[in-house]
Amino acid sequence: MNLTLKIWRQKNANDKGKMVDYKISDVSPDMSFLEMLDVLNEQLINSGDEPVAFDHDCREGICGMCSLYINGEAHGPDRGVTTCQLHMRMFKDGDTIYIEPFRAKAFPVIKDLVVDRSAFDRIQHAGGFISVNTSGNTIDANAIPVNKQDADTAFEAATCIGCGACVASCKNSSAMLFVGAKVSQFALLPQGQVEATDRVLNMVKQMDEEGFGNCTNTGACEVECPKGISLENIARMNREYLKASFKG
Amino acid sequence: MALDSKIPQGPLADKWTKHKNTIDLVNPANKRLIDVIVVGTGLAGGSAAATLAELGYNVKAFCFQDSPRRAHSIAAQGGINAAKNYQGDGDSTYRLFYDTVKGGDYRSREANVYRLAEVSANIIDQCVAQGVPFAREYGGLLDNRSFGGVLVSRTFYAAGQTGQQLLLGAYSAMNRQIGRGKIKMYNRHEMLDVVKVDGKARGIITRNLITGEIERHSAHAVVLGTGGYGNVFFLSTNAMGSNVTAAWKAHKRGAYFANPCYTQIHPTCIPVSGDHQSKLTLMSESLRNDGRIWVPKHKKDVEAIRAKSLRPTEIAEEDRDYYLERRYPAFGNLVPRDVASRAAKERCDAGYGVNATGEAVYLDFASAIQRYGKEQAYIKGMDVNDAALVKKLGQEVVKTKYGNLFQMYYKIVDEDPYETPMMIYPAVHYTMGGVWVDYNLMTTVPGLYCIGEANFSDHGANRLGASALMQGLADGYFVLPYTIGDYLSDDIRTGPISTDTKEFEEAEKSVKEKLDFFINNKGKHSVDYFHKRLGKIMWNKVGMSRNVKGLTEAISEIKALREQFWKEVSVPGTNEELNEELAKAGRVADFLELGELFAKDALVREESCGGHFREDSVELEGEQKGEALRNDEDFAYVAAWEYKGEPSDAVLHKEELEFKDIELKQRSYK
Ligand SMILES: Cc1cc2nc3c(=O)[nH]c(=O)nc-3n(C[C@H](O)[C@H](O)[C@H](O)COP(=O)(O)OP(=O)(O)OC[C@H]3O[C@@H](n4cnc5c(N)ncnc54)[C@H](O)[C@@H]3O)c2cc1C
Ligand code: SF4
Ligand code: FES
Repeated sequence: MNLTLKIWRQKNANDKGKMVDYKISDVSPDMSFLEMLDVLNEQLINSGDEPVAFDHDCREGICGMCSLYINGEAHGPDRGVTTCQLHMRMFKDGDTIYIEPFRAKAFPVIKDLVVDRSAFDRIQHAGGFISVNTSGNTIDANAIPVNKQDADTAFEAATCIGCGACVASCKNSSAMLFVGAKVSQFALLPQGQVEATDRVLNMVKQMDEEGFGNCTNTGACEVECPKGISLENIARMNREYLKASFKG
Repeated sequence: MALDSKIPQGPLADKWTKHKNTIDLVNPANKRLIDVIVVGTGLAGGSAAATLAELGYNVKAFCFQDSPRRAHSIAAQGGINAAKNYQGDGDSTYRLFYDTVKGGDYRSREANVYRLAEVSANIIDQCVAQGVPFAREYGGLLDNRSFGGVLVSRTFYAAGQTGQQLLLGAYSAMNRQIGRGKIKMYNRHEMLDVVKVDGKARGIITRNLITGEIERHSAHAVVLGTGGYGNVFFLSTNAMGSNVTAAWKAHKRGAYFANPCYTQIHPTCIPVSGDHQSKLTLMSESLRNDGRIWVPKHKKDVEAIRAKSLRPTEIAEEDRDYYLERRYPAFGNLVPRDVASRAAKERCDAGYGVNATGEAVYLDFASAIQRYGKEQAYIKGMDVNDAALVKKLGQEVVKTKYGNLFQMYYKIVDEDPYETPMMIYPAVHYTMGGVWVDYNLMTTVPGLYCIGEANFSDHGANRLGASALMQGLADGYFVLPYTIGDYLSDDIRTGPISTDTKEFEEAEKSVKEKLDFFINNKGKHSVDYFHKRLGKIMWNKVGMSRNVKGLTEAISEIKALREQFWKEVSVPGTNEELNEELAKAGRVADFLELGELFAKDALVREESCGGHFREDSVELEGEQKGEALRNDEDFAYVAAWEYKGEPSDAVLHKEELEFKDIELKQRSYK
């Protein structure tokens, strides 16, 4: 395949940035999208140009590091995959592909396609945990049975990889799907009950301080989420929040 | 320096308890006066950082990703072992210990492994208390699965995302401490040197990967939890950034590097698809519980498959060679990884590989789908002879067990594994070798500790499935936080360590010089060019099967490649910005040194053991003919290498291994 790539280049956080055109040839359909960018970068280095910076690590859809906005969609045209799992067989010979960073006020661009998502970490510092010390004599793991349905739903919420595609896809740059998933994981388990009130209040407060927008129920996040995190998590967080506000 | 493993006296089962009761402690008020650096936030580093902070130490933690939650541990799939015996199938601390020592082919330290087995049960309790959503049965209790090389079900799991869930647990424990100000977290920072003051590790030099700034960080002790070095092969199942740099810098500062040649080649990975390949993807070993591995019996079928004129599902049962079940009737598809990998290579080398490159075998779920489908139909009172229904019900069961893995396979290979067998081939996965540590997990540099995959400690020459997660968390939650107190108890009056000293200055200067060199070199090849060539040498000559000729060639080829690298490497951009090529250059420079020591270690070890297979050391006759042959008389030792400049000058120190509680046997899985 031969392709035209239009890629966002921005030297650093203060630079204005612009789209730059590149041509790439002999792309195999079996390549992953990031492998295609590797080939481009190798070409750029060999011709004395600066390679395109992008985030990635595991390249198997689990670390949440990769974060490209491809042809107007977070993680590109395929469903249920991260950018690193997207394969070139999704494109056709002669295509023009637009590649941009995940954009949101709370995710400032660091360089080219790399953004700063540390806001997600700070939301978790505010309450994404159960306060239990490591002592070596915690109660036996089977002392508290957990209903399988709840355990499975908690697990599903916990599979969020913290990539930020939900934020990038939302016209309001809302982080509700991510935070909803985090709150739900703990809200569904007996271990999470003790701190439930503070957790949801603190996490939501931090989310607002980070500059994420409001949720207006458009559902774009659920569509683009590579891990299928469902909107039910937002509803559950809203219920938790309401409950906590009455108590609090 | 003579190696002292500091194994406590007394009976095996009492060593750890006794040791914990007798080592020095630091009282809570004094802990506030002590700083500890933890490099790495995977299961090992993350759990250690959180626990040390809970205890009251001031912790500084570092990782090169943009968040601690993205450490490579996140990718672990299948599960974590623990001797809970919830299934009542005869499991015990002793059995887990025994299986691990045997699985490691009798090349690990008994006392460490016993301790690991002993604390394993606590790990599960701790993780559940943190809210880790392990898989459960309908009764609400925890579920288990079995893994290769053992005969009990002791593996706890969270679908195919166990590592993710455990790491998020450790990350949440860290978050709590970050929120309280007890951990200061440095994301996107790469450690580039260890700083020693008066012979003790007292700090590190890091590069801020966003600004390029070189920073000095001091502490009373330094802990490395920086993961394995499988990427020396270029292609492996490790994350792209996994590297040996932290461990290697420690080695250069005096930490011995142990058993570098012990590498695990995992049998079930997605085969290489072309030259563009940047990494390999693992299909969890748990799949071998239900998948059957085979190749066609007849060459004509192999050819037809490669020509795409025949599909695997069209090959009759009697024309398939389920070679693991044939060769190892007792363990079948559940033999340990090294055995399964070599068996796949043997079939492919003999010409039975089932894809265009000839390097793939089948992993087939058709029988499992049938079996589960019939079971479900029976339970639901439906027709067990309705083939379509049985298949559908069976596929649903398989989906709940392995859904994410099947989806991953489908996205990469573009074939539906519910309908046609998966194709798999062995790939580099895990490194048992690593920085040498004593029983307290301290390296040969006082005050420098090493935990998790980065150390050599518990897996001998081969690691059993689901044991790395166990080891990482055991080290970080339950071992290091105690043993480090023994050392730090001498430091309660030391006061803060200054970074304004000649030692920090010297280390910073040498780091900066190296970085400047890369930027100014303006050679003609990219970093990847060298990394890929190193990977080819390693895979072809220091891979699954090793011989004297190949290893000798590898040593001189790697040396030559390293010289060429320093002449011709090209790194674009500048020091003062986010520059991934620059970070990669430093990592590959270290791999080029490690690779040579790795081959040298493999050359010196003239026996086959675990993942290290020497063609000149095999059984010559009898039932075990052709199987790996260990040599306990001459090689029951840990090879700990001391840095002396060039890898060829490294000096070998031997830690003799004593087995008092286990009889050394030739492993047999027949
Ligand atoms: C695909 C896959 C599946 C696996 N499945 C299983 C399984 O089911 N069960 C099992 O038991 N094991 C499994 N393993 C093995 C297991 O995941 C690893 O051995 C284990 O997670 C390693 O943990 P760690 O904490 O030692 O290191 P890692 O998780 O690799 O963490 C290393 C940390 O060090 C940091 N770091 C590294 N170098 C530097 C540096 N120079 N400067 C600063 N920071 C640095 C990184 O940022 C990271 O935070 C699997 C491995 C793979 C690859
Ligand atoms: S909810 Fe989905 S899209 Fe949002 S961070 Fe989590 S995995 Fe990514
Ligand atoms: S690189 Fe890890 S999810 Fe894409």
